Amino acid sequence: MIYSEKVMDHFANPRNVGEIPDADGVGEVGNAKCGDIMKMYIKVNDGIITDVKFKTFGCGAAVATSSMATELIKGKPIEEALKLTNKAVIEALDGLPAVKLHCSVLAEQAMKAALADYYRRQGVDPALIIGDLSAPDTCEI
Amino acid sequence: MDKRFVYADNSATTKISKPVLEAMMPYLTDHYGNASSIYSLGMDSARAILNARETVAKAIGAKTGEIYFTSGGSESDNWAIKCAAEVGASKGKKHIVTTVFEHHAVLHTCQYLEKHGFEVTYVPVDEMGLVHVSDIEKALRDDTCLVTVMFANNEIGTIQPIAEIGALCREKKILFHTDAVQAIGNVEIDVAEMNIDLLSMSGHKIHAPKGIGALYMRTGINLPNLIHGGAQERSKRAGTENVAGIVALATAISECTKNIPEKQARLSKIRDRIIAELTKIPESRLNGDPIKRLPGNVNISFRGIEGESLLLSLDLEGICASSGSACTSGSLDPSHVLLAIGLPHSTAHGSLRLSLSDENTEEDADYICEVVPRVVEKLRAMSPLWERILRDEDIDAE
Repeated sequence: MIYSEKVMDHFANPRNVGEIPDADGVGEVGNAKCGDIMKMYIKVNDGIITDVKFKTFGCGAAVATSSMATELIKGKPIEEALKLTNKAVIEALDGLPAVKLHCSVLAEQAMKAALADYYRRQGVDPALIIGDLSAPDTCEI
Repeated sequence: MDKRFVYADNSATTKISKPVLEAMMPYLTDHYGNASSIYSLGMDSARAILNARETVAKAIGAKTGEIYFTSGGSESDNWAIKCAAEVGASKGKKHIVTTVFEHHAVLHTCQYLEKHGFEVTYVPVDEMGLVHVSDIEKALRDDTCLVTVMFANNEIGTIQPIAEIGALCREKKILFHTDAVQAIGNVEIDVAEMNIDLLSMSGHKIHAPKGIGALYMRTGINLPNLIHGGAQERSKRAGTENVAGIVALATAISECTKNIPEKQARLSKIRDRIIAELTKIPESRLNGDPIKRLPGNVNISFRGIEGESLLLSLDLEGICASSGSACTSGSLDPSHVLLAIGLPHSTAHGSLRLSLSDENTEEDADYICEVVPRVVEKLRAMSPLWERILRDEDIDAE
């Protein structure tokens, strides 16, 4: 298995690691049994994601995709962040090994879970905007 | 401490040693003859193979004619198990006994045989990673044709009661095979004394190159071929001999069995120092029996972190190691060995295996003891699972 230089860079120097104590939205996906958990914090101001932080338990690709996903949505309007797909994360990382593609899905879901939490706190049903966010039953995605 | 390169994954593979390289080099250059050829260039190769066979036999207490060279441990395991099964089936005996934590070369071969009408009993191991002879005995049936139990486990390094299992099988007149790939050179082996019928060896775990191994087959057992073709290896294993590899294997075996007690003493001292230091890390545990284990094996789980990212972080610091996490096992589940000794998935994901060889030094151990705690702390600081562990949540309830 080979990781791209970008994946290794984001693993070795992950961007936006940490927590936001007064976050406007917090999302967590994955579980301990499968070996990856991602937790994302966002700060929203005037519809713009002004700050984002993450914490990840998982493999190198899980850390790198979390890091890249935060980079891709930081400073962006929510509408744009909602359009972010796992494919964009993969492309931005110059590709992922086939067995690691699910990490990029998890990164997309973590970001969406944080946005869903933001909407809930605003009194808006996130299902209407983000869609189904239920977690899969197995470790396979 | 200055950054250094520490290769601590010798159970995965080893560096070719200088004496091995020197011994094999002539057979990669001037002495390229086919051992089956009649002219002197060929005879030189044949002689080299004969000497190598004698050396390998002597190292494990076998007779020269009981050693067959193969392409490695996996081929030796496949040959022993599939062909012992074939002999068993011809006598109406289609039951095999093995353990749950064998190497995949044994496990997957047994699973293959299950698809072809054989029954296999997978004997459990205890939480220390040891097989109980009484459990093997209980699993035996009238139609058992083979017992196969690894000499030492490749992940947690536990050394199994091979002599006792051998005695049991001999008494019951059942063939006994052991995969000794990890044990050779680390543990004294005498196939005659230990009542071993079939034993697999590999070159690249003991400083010989990849692609060479051997099967010891006790006189009189006479398994059918796995590989058919030419008359090489007394017509038991076809294919032009890998003369350089065979010479390398013999040199490596003779080197690594030269002074086992001294090696055990030196390596286990380093091992125990690393274990003592790394298990000081909170929420860590040693996997496998602390005493009945290979002198160079360390296997520790750190809760709240994942093995692959631990390995990548260690690699950035110059340390090569391995893990039983799902991410590094190529499957969705963590190591079957760690699950077999009762670890929950989440703890198995966070395991680290360090395997030392003669090349490792006390300075390597110092470096490992300095780097690993730092890396574990760094990964835990960014782990949402670690947060939950600190809050005393039951993380395995999911």
